[in-house]
Amino acid sequence: MKSLEELREIKDRVKEDIRVRQGQDEARIVVGMGTCGIAAGARDALESILDELNKRRLKAVVTQTGCVGICSREPLVDVFMPGQPRVTYGEVSPSRARQIVAQHVANGNVISEWALNVSESREE
Amino acid sequence: MEELALHLLDLYENSRAAGARCIWVNIDEDTTEDRLTVMVDDDGPGMDEQMRASVADAFVTTRKTRRVGLGLPLLAQACEQSDGYLKVTAAPRGGTRVVAVFQHSHVDRPPLGDMGGTLAIIVATNPHLDLVYHHCYNGQECVFDTRRMREELDDLPINHPQVVKWVRDTYRTSIQDLRGGEI
Repeated sequence: MKSLEELREIKDRVKEDIRVRQGQDEARIVVGMGTCGIAAGARDALESILDELNKRRLKAVVTQTGCVGICSREPLVDVFMPGQPRVTYGEVSPSRARQIVAQHVANGNVISEWALNVSESREE
Repeated sequence: MEELALHLLDLYENSRAAGARCIWVNIDEDTTEDRLTVMVDDDGPGMDEQMRASVADAFVTTRKTRRVGLGLPLLAQACEQSDGYLKVTAAPRGGTRVVAVFQHSHVDRPPLGDMGGTLAIIVATNPHLDLVYHHCYNGQECVFDTRRMREELDDLPINHPQVVKWVRDTYRTSIQDLRGGEI
């Protein structure tokens, strides 16, 4: 296994960072990773999401799900902001993914142009 | 699906959705024998024999949203077009084993692709599952093991952004080095 010492260094370096981020309310981002999602570019979209969150030092839980049945609009990304309805974005390219983090996750502005659906139910 | 790394992400999703806790990946490249083998084992509930025999059929799926599944049929097609085959059997640990074999030099064999990116995404989105990845290229080996990583990280979550970045950068480079610079 490659350079496990490097991991130890990372651990020491980010201890402080974890304490800072713990206070924030958590957003949840779910990316569709069924065959259709992956083939449409979900991996690159997810990578852009992670990179943008990291750049902006935002804390969010990022998870994957399978196919939800709207394969023609993949890659699909759901954003759950605390106390807000779920928003589903379609055709999420890497550049759209960055915009979604910058506008929706960081500032709470839904990008309605790319949203397929805004659910009625709210996150607890 | 343009890369083997994306097919792997797809197989991973199958195992994850089936409830596996640990997934073992073995990639073996032997350019003398001109063969590339991808083997994925999981500790999920497994499939019965009838299901295993029919998974390469696009009209077989466990999914409820629609009655077609494309993951394994696409992989089977990729194998067959590069003079290989796909086999689904029971894994020794009780789950399912998928073996995909390709002729290494075949012009239609999908490239390996961004395996570092695939490993990073798996770690980032599934911090509670384990992955043991062995990649062998003409006898040289590269290993990725989330269980070993957890030992080093103590209480630091394995999906911390800095850890995910380390996985991506380290394994992009080391797998490329392992394969003599080829992606």
